[in-house]
Amino acid sequence: MSYLGDIERNTAAPATANGSSGLLRFTTAGSVDDGKSTLIGRLLHDTRQIFEDQLAAIERASHKRGFSDLDLSLLTDGLEAEREQGITIDVAYRYFATPRRKFIIADTPGHVQYTRNMATGASTAETAVILADASKGLLEQGKRHLYITHLLGIRHVIVAVNKMDLVGYSQVAFASVRHAFEQFAHRLDGEKRRFYFVPVSALKGDMVVERGDRIPWYGGPTLLELLESIDPSEGNGLQAMRFPVQLVQRAGGHGRAYLGRLASGEVSVGQKVVVLPSGRTSTVKGIHAWHEDRMTAYAGESIALSLSDEIDISRGDQITDANRPPRAAQSLSATLVWLAVEPLQVGGRYLLKHTSRTVKAKVVWIKHVVDVETLEKRPASGPVAANDIAHAVLDLQQPAFFDSYHLNRTTGAFILIDELSNQTVAAGMIV
Amino acid sequence: MTAIASVRAPEPSSIPARSHLDWLESEAVYILREVAGEGVKPVLFFSGGKDSLVLLRLAEKAFHPGRFPFPLLHIDTGHNFKEVLEFRDRRAAELGERLIVRSVEDSMRRGSVRLRAANDSRNAAQSVTLLEAIAEHGFDAAIGGARRDEEKARAKERVFSFRDEFGQWDPRNQRPELWSLYNARVNSGEHVRVFPISNWTELDVWQYIAREQLQVPSIYFAHRRPVVRRKGLLVPVTDLTPPRRGERVEELSVRFRTVGDISCTCPVESGAGTPDEIIAETVLSRVTERGATRMDDQTSEVSMERRKKEGYF
Repeated sequence: MSYLGDIERNTAAPATANGSSGLLRFTTAGSVDDGKSTLIGRLLHDTRQIFEDQLAAIERASHKRGFSDLDLSLLTDGLEAEREQGITIDVAYRYFATPRRKFIIADTPGHVQYTRNMATGASTAETAVILADASKGLLEQGKRHLYITHLLGIRHVIVAVNKMDLVGYSQVAFASVRHAFEQFAHRLDGEKRRFYFVPVSALKGDMVVERGDRIPWYGGPTLLELLESIDPSEGNGLQAMRFPVQLVQRAGGHGRAYLGRLASGEVSVGQKVVVLPSGRTSTVKGIHAWHEDRMTAYAGESIALSLSDEIDISRGDQITDANRPPRAAQSLSATLVWLAVEPLQVGGRYLLKHTSRTVKAKVVWIKHVVDVETLEKRPASGPVAANDIAHAVLDLQQPAFFDSYHLNRTTGAFILIDELSNQTVAAGMIV
Repeated sequence: MTAIASVRAPEPSSIPARSHLDWLESEAVYILREVAGEGVKPVLFFSGGKDSLVLLRLAEKAFHPGRFPFPLLHIDTGHNFKEVLEFRDRRAAELGERLIVRSVEDSMRRGSVRLRAANDSRNAAQSVTLLEAIAEHGFDAAIGGARRDEEKARAKERVFSFRDEFGQWDPRNQRPELWSLYNARVNSGEHVRVFPISNWTELDVWQYIAREQLQVPSIYFAHRRPVVRRKGLLVPVTDLTPPRRGERVEELSVRFRTVGDISCTCPVESGAGTPDEIIAETVLSRVTERGATRMDDQTSEVSMERRKKEGYF
């Protein structure tokens, strides 16, 4: 097996060399006391993103609470209740940039509402940074972090082996943690994921942004270098074209145009497409981006499409690759992350939002529930509660057009909404 | 071990480079189109400030060549900079879009806003007028230019953020927001706030203004203005904010980083006369946007959060 940590320092293409690498979204996960807040504070601090008034504010707050040192976790605890309780209760989004990239961090709390928050943070992330404590190795929480990043389809996982200062910067300690993670990841992952391991001390600043001189035996990239070089679109070029229609523009310079964001693949003028659910085929007549007419557009771009034929298309329909259409079914098998306080019950009826389409759905069977403590499957004997993960079958009022989540994170994902409370009650990933 | 992918040669890629601004723009356009698709009666907050000017450009890109599927709304505190109000009216007229203006002073006349003194900051009072305007028109989705990088309480804000029938935000009971599957559903009397540029920073906004060659009000650029120094801030000398006893009035070259209510908005010393010069200054800046410029956020650690709970932008 190989991993970037052992090869030459990554000299990947510069930031302009591929589809979306001007920006990277990543999520961070760590157990309580793994030093996650310190690590994020270190990333922000050493890339010069913390402002004097922010530092002054956390100095004041640290002092007020009787800490002698600067409490960097205060940078990420945004809400009054969190500061009062000294815990993080919700996903926070943070931003920093280097000359190579802009970064969006979804920072998820380690304990409260743990599954729900981590799934939320992971859903928009292309990379996960999982914290491990070099002095403790792989704990149960670390296994859950690996499992949830696996579930949410994150293809790049960086394991930051933190607190190297507590183990004397020992290469053996690092290798042992790495081995434990690899063993577990092997058990978990049938699919291809890339793992990267980097020894760090967030407290002392080693191998986060600066290399420091205390880990001479490690020749791989620092954490920041890894984040700067990962290609989030890796493998996406192979995906089939999917274009969920958000809006239809009936009048305008191009005749009828369909507005949306290309979910996957590429679209070109002249390409054969099939429109779902009607099943009508046509060809792409034009691709419009404001005042510019394009020959090709790529995944992630918001565009307007016009077609050669007059077809009745409305919001919620999909324009897709005619040669590789999505699956169609009126019944879905899916993994659900249950988010609501009210439990999931067989027979429960919800609204299901999938791409730009919302339909009524009914949960007809709960196959089993995954115990996030042991990762064992158990039969669903009782109701499924908040933060549980369940495999379920749903019947839909109308057919859906979808891909498996592990093939397509946009057309394979849905949320369930309670029709009475309007709450988002579940995140679903189609099997 | 095959489960963990080995290092592969990078795939040859013909996909052209996309900058972070391209990505942020595509995301924001997607969000605006979702509001139009899901919201029954949306509205867009437009003050003439830089963030809302960016929103207008994004709306042009989202709906071109059609008209905006929502009107524009501004809450005038009566203490706004005249350069910004003139700019607001001119931009709305250029686009030919409908601009609704509601004023805090009308709420004061109605008695729904009461201030201790006529010259008190009306910044917090805007929330009342705003909620009155939303109720008057029955809007169910209100698009704003707030960004998560502005303030700690905003870092946990959703892109589609629910407001109850009293217009209140409950930060501890927010709807989970996964992927880009936004839940815009509300019952009658409730609404969602929608923040298409949630993921933008102050620097991104200026880079976008430079790239798109957007016009912005003149007071964003360096100009000479009488100011006094107070609690580490530069306070502009105006009829509303006269110098206090013992304060020395200086004329300095300054620019505004935010252009809110005059009574609580402060400029910074600057010689930047173009967006590119502002970008250069922003990269080197040692103080956050609101820290340098907003007296209202310095009141306490939680002042923004409290205002937001009450229905603020």
